[in-house]
Amino acid sequence: MLLGRVIGTVVPAVLVDEISAIPLLWVQPLDREGRPDGKPLVCADGTRMAGPGQMIYWVASREAALTLEPWFVPVDDAIVGLVDDVRLYAREDASR
Amino acid sequence: MILGRVTGSVVSTIHHPIVDGRKLLVAERLDQNGRSTGRYVIALDAIGAGKGETVLILDEGNGARQILEDANAPVRSLVVGIVDAMELGTN
Repeated sequence: MLLGRVIGTVVPAVLVDEISAIPLLWVQPLDREGRPDGKPLVCADGTRMAGPGQMIYWVASREAALTLEPWFVPVDDAIVGLVDDVRLYAREDASR
Repeated sequence: MILGRVTGSVVSTIHHPIVDGRKLLVAERLDQNGRSTGRYVIALDAIGAGKGETVLILDEGNGARQILEDANAPVRSLVVGIVDAMELGTN
């Protein structure tokens, strides 16, 4: 799983039946310090509670399909949970 | 499996039920010499790994689902071991 931030929503006009009831959101992948890292992607929202501005964590591929209810639907990436806080420990070794 | 070092944790109240009661760790990915590769992964903790520890991370979904004993768990990365020492051959 990786961190991401919801940066927008996608409203499809036509969608295959299996994912027609699942919210689709634009997600900007983040590095562990919360900085944008990579290209935005469209995630299905397994929690159904994420919205623009929210930090989330997401999975890809088969695991994404398992996040959703009903499960095993055709999606690439899906949100598993919402992030309240990322606690990074202080680095003890400056050489890292 | 990949090598990682626990550098933080993620606090999450709203999540998939599989995360209930489990710890989400932020682990930096390490190379074979124990140096950071600059990449990271958020992994579920299966053994009680803590701050700064070098860990083995299973990064494959089917294995993770076996350990969690849930055939439908949307989990790929799982901390499955704590590393005491490593040794690399010269060849």
